[in-house]
Amino acid sequence: MNKFWIILSHTYTTRLKTKSFLISTIISLLFIFAIANIQTIIDAFSDDSSEKIAVLDESGELFGPLKANVENIEEDIALVAFDGTVEEGKKAVQDEDYQALVTLALNENQLPEATYYANTITEAGIQTAMEEQLQQLKISAATQQAGIDQEKLAEIYAPVTFETVALDKSAKTGEELSQARGIVYVMLFLLYITVMVYGQMIAQDVATEKSSRVMEILISSVSPVTQMFAKIVGIALLGLTQIVLIIGVGYALITAKQDELTGGMFKYFGIEGASLSLFVYAIVFFVLGYLLYATLAATLGSLVSRIEDVQQLMMPMMFLVVAAFMIAMYGLNAPDASFVKISSYIPFFSPMLMFLRVGMLDVPTWEVALSLGILIATILLLALFGAKVYKGGVLMYGNSGTLKDMKKAMKLAKKE
Amino acid sequence: MTLSLKEVTKRFGNHTAVDHLSLEIPEKEMFGFLGGNGAGKTTTFRMILGLLDITEGEISWNGESIGYNKSHLIGYLPEERGLYPKLKVRDQIIYLGKLRGMTKQEAITELKWWLDRLKVPEYLDKKVEELSKGNQQKIQFISAVIHKPKLLILDEPFSGLDPVNVEMLKKAVVELKEQGTSIVFSSHRMEHVEELCEHLCILHKGKQVVHGSLRDIKRSFGKKNLVIHAEFPLDFLQDHAGVVKYKALTDGCELQIENEDVSQTIFAELQGKGFIRKFDLEEPSLNDIFIEKVGASYE
Repeated sequence: MNKFWIILSHTYTTRLKTKSFLISTIISLLFIFAIANIQTIIDAFSDDSSEKIAVLDESGELFGPLKANVENIEEDIALVAFDGTVEEGKKAVQDEDYQALVTLALNENQLPEATYYANTITEAGIQTAMEEQLQQLKISAATQQAGIDQEKLAEIYAPVTFETVALDKSAKTGEELSQARGIVYVMLFLLYITVMVYGQMIAQDVATEKSSRVMEILISSVSPVTQMFAKIVGIALLGLTQIVLIIGVGYALITAKQDELTGGMFKYFGIEGASLSLFVYAIVFFVLGYLLYATLAATLGSLVSRIEDVQQLMMPMMFLVVAAFMIAMYGLNAPDASFVKISSYIPFFSPMLMFLRVGMLDVPTWEVALSLGILIATILLLALFGAKVYKGGVLMYGNSGTLKDMKKAMKLAKKE
Repeated sequence: MTLSLKEVTKRFGNHTAVDHLSLEIPEKEMFGFLGGNGAGKTTTFRMILGLLDITEGEISWNGESIGYNKSHLIGYLPEERGLYPKLKVRDQIIYLGKLRGMTKQEAITELKWWLDRLKVPEYLDKKVEELSKGNQQKIQFISAVIHKPKLLILDEPFSGLDPVNVEMLKKAVVELKEQGTSIVFSSHRMEHVEELCEHLCILHKGKQVVHGSLRDIKRSFGKKNLVIHAEFPLDFLQDHAGVVKYKALTDGCELQIENEDVSQTIFAELQGKGFIRKFDLEEPSLNDIFIEKVGASYE
């Protein structure tokens, strides 16, 4: 078996078997399972019986329409006419016979007024529902007094017609945009998390081999460069396993529960409707982005001699990732901004930002090609540079954790 | 297969770690590689293994340069011990064995044989971090020899071991040599080198100060040691012609003399002075040679 594959499979299987990997995967799966079943879970915890609310109607005419309106909107609320005094009503609420007491009356203008009594007024849901419905009653009462007929009223309240039309023929339609936004969102998050988690893992792995001094044996049997890339790919496969598992389970659950979940959020993320080319772009930029940051992480990891120093040395890289992510988040709402455009050519930002632009705008092919070219060139340069640093760095021990060591490591790898 | 180093030089910036080192390490032999701390031993090993590039000169093994394509023929026990602390001995050795071109089955069979040989078969499924330092060293040794290398480089193989384990490993090393492995061996323990190696060199600040077979080195050193135990004071010998060093012992003295002939004049002089318990002319120890060659510049 090729040594590259030996290291790759070793990296993959030992990491796969670690407790931390298993636990984090299981927790993520549980989390997804919980989200997919959120409706069932909420139902299980909430009371099946509806909330009974006592209504003391002094006007004698409000209770009927209010009851009809509220119960129509909120299935869980039941309004019950209460015929006693206010004090008796309050007592009943305190004894928890009712959730709350509402007194209705008409003021001097013949408009409805209400007071809401409850043991605590933390449950805003019922209050708001009651208030909104009473508001409706008030509006219809007031407009009736003013002599406006109800049809006119409905017309006033109907939403305005507001259509958006992009004149540029190749510009994305609103629907396309929201689909693109979904996949851009998902890809940005995935790349961000992957680089954060697995970049860290690579640096950690290299540092562990160095600090346990097993490195010298390793590099006496395999070239450091082979080792570095085998590690990067091995951890990439590990990440892929986790991501595929999570997305796969998530997708299966969502499809199974589709009718339960209301469309809103998923329509916004409209992943299903996105075009194939966008998916291809997503994969290309994702892979390149990962390679770029992973190479950097391995290079940095080779410089430290103690695991505790990994965090410190990874900081600059983390800042880069966070910065890229921040710009991308801003860019989601303003993909046209000039600094988003500029950033989409800067290698450490381009995997996120050029993809964002490709998704949201109509970017000329040459621009994408240029950005990809710069990105690939940077990866190659970084790999060459990283391999040099790595070769010297893995033999270098002592007080480390500074970027100055990079120069020292390069020197060590050189002939003189 | 001979390992030959020709005018090998390694510079780190302005610092010359190894200075024009030329060596022939014969096949199927154990070669002692000595030197004080920082003399350039580990750097030389790393150059032989290709971990460091050579500034000048040439290293060849049987006429060919050493690259990663030969790593299955080479075994290396670095001075800085290192194994994966969290990995079981079995997984560890299988991994390192595979990297040296073995199959999983071969590695397991060999590992079991070696664990039995070093009397620690119970460690097969233990994590390395659970083992004592000395036992970790045994596992490390196994990782260096598991693939039956033709060339074995041992950097301080016996440090940190108790005398029983030192003997056990020594025997194993000698067996490997007898089976045809060429071994380069560095140590600060002169008696080990004296016991195991036919040829050796002493490195001092990157330069080779002594080189040759053990017997020749001792012979050409010239000076001999003379131990005398007697029941009368011997301090007058301090000023005797030909005595280089004088060291008093509780019941006599130990002398370093310029050559064998001096012992005879001393022997003659002692006649009739009293009872002599011991009069012993010894070859100089490697320790003496080392101290003289390397220590001279410290003074």
